[in-house]
Amino acid sequence: MIEIWHGLTKAIELIVSLDSEVMEIAVRSLIISVTSTLLASLICLPLGSLIHFSGFPGKRILINLIQTFFSLPTVTIGLFVFIIFSRVGPLGGLNLLFTPAVMVLGQMVLITPIMLGLIISALSGVDKVIQDTAHSLGASRFQTAGVVLREARFAVTSAVIMGFGRAISELGIAIMVGGNIRGFTRIITTAIALETSKGDIEFSLALGIILIFIALIVNFALNRIQQR
Amino acid sequence: MPLIEIIDLSQRLGERDTLKNINIKVERSEVLALIGPTGAGKTTLLRLIGLIDTPTAGKIFFDGVDTGKSARDRLEVRRRMAFVLQKPVVFNMNVYDNIACGLKWRGVEKDVIRQKVTSILEMVDLLAEKNRSARTLSGGEAQMVAIARAIVSEPEVLLLDEPTANLDPISEATIEELIRNIIHHYDTTIIMSTHDMAQGQRLADRVGVLLDGRIQQTGDWREVFNSPRNREVADFVGVENIIDGVIASNEDNVVTIDTIGNAIEAISDYPVGEEVSVCIRPEDVTLALSRISSSARNSFVGEVTRVVLMGSLTRIEIDCGFPLVCLITKRSAEELDLTKGKQAYATFKATGVHVIKRETAR
Repeated sequence: MIEIWHGLTKAIELIVSLDSEVMEIAVRSLIISVTSTLLASLICLPLGSLIHFSGFPGKRILINLIQTFFSLPTVTIGLFVFIIFSRVGPLGGLNLLFTPAVMVLGQMVLITPIMLGLIISALSGVDKVIQDTAHSLGASRFQTAGVVLREARFAVTSAVIMGFGRAISELGIAIMVGGNIRGFTRIITTAIALETSKGDIEFSLALGIILIFIALIVNFALNRIQQR
Repeated sequence: MPLIEIIDLSQRLGERDTLKNINIKVERSEVLALIGPTGAGKTTLLRLIGLIDTPTAGKIFFDGVDTGKSARDRLEVRRRMAFVLQKPVVFNMNVYDNIACGLKWRGVEKDVIRQKVTSILEMVDLLAEKNRSARTLSGGEAQMVAIARAIVSEPEVLLLDEPTANLDPISEATIEELIRNIIHHYDTTIIMSTHDMAQGQRLADRVGVLLDGRIQQTGDWREVFNSPRNREVADFVGVENIIDGVIASNEDNVVTIDTIGNAIEAISDYPVGEEVSVCIRPEDVTLALSRISSSARNSFVGEVTRVVLMGSLTRIEIDCGFPLVCLITKRSAEELDLTKGKQAYATFKATGVHVIKRETAR
């Protein structure tokens, strides 16, 4: 018990003193996850709108399929991306394995279904009359989509934040395709996993606290948005 | 060339034919009111005219352009119209931006937008509220914004779906005043739907009676009101006395109609033997306590079966072998002391009777 208490105080010391390694890992985590979230948003916003606004056979099935991918295990994605980018894989020639780039890609695979599904349901939540109204006032299909997206902006933002939350907290992909290389691909979750197994509890705790803190901020932002 | 020409338009939703073979022409600057009960297809028709939905069959020509062809044409035509939907939804932005939307989408310059939106805001008396979130407006104000938003782009055609439904009487009067203003200032062609016949009468040049997905009759108000084409229209426009009979004789278009035991005289050109319905407006019936000699051709004695006070008027139902509803002033009713069970003479002119052909099979 004393040891845990001791570890906790040391962890807080590490955070308060802005320990360079802790900060570097935290910042890298943020950069990778923010990047993957932004890139996934760039895909999901137009794609989600397209799926929502166009009627095609199998639309319901597609949405169900997207929702199925909500709970895709991170290690499965990690394995999948690993195979593709390994030396013998189809994209092995790019030499991207064990780089931040491939970690971003893996996280995108993870959060795209979640964001896509939530964006589609956010758009479905907008009263159909809004769409008709925009239409009736002379909006083109594109402009109508813009209005509906705008009306759903809070729910859409929530979808993006949910994606980010999932990205920053995942471990499987980061460790499998990133490789946890110190100063290059080591992020909060991979560092915690490694340091804990090495017995460096205080370092792990410091990063854990930061991760919880980030989760807290994300949650807080989400709550603020949903209250509107 | 009419501005809007609708040819054989039909709409099928699921298993139901919501519109059947609609044919209407609307001239430029005309105000047409579609009247009919709820569920008659008024909204469906307006949505088709507004190019929000596409019909199952038939064509709509706008200013000579077939609107069923390309999506680009449809957008272009849609931008020459504006449609105020029955449920006034405002976008979740401020009042100014709500009204500016249509102009922005049409690529109008910012300065012009500002000037136009400001003048419309003045017109609807909402200039002080321009920065307010539109979601916080009252029902009447939201409807004002919805109409302002529609007319700011100066559409050639304005479609209004039940513009005053669900509004309090004061808001209703304000909205009507605004519509009258628009008719006056902009010379806009307006097609509006209403279930309120009086409103149609107040605002429109011409009415189209839509019943059960069919346009039953179009014409000016007086025409529809006084000469309903068939029993359904007569029912809808409030002719309370509709009596079935057969033409028994016809002399120079003065017909005698046999209505099971009674003979009613009327003006009509239907031949002997034709099955008809006789429409008599309650306000056209005169009541007296004894038989009066007058030029009126129809006089029947009967027993008062019901007396209902309606403000300054009294509605009296009398059984003359057929039930007849009469509307007389409260004072007349008091002077005649008309009470239930009393005998009275009901008189009406042959020219006050409207005869319509009965359609045996539809």
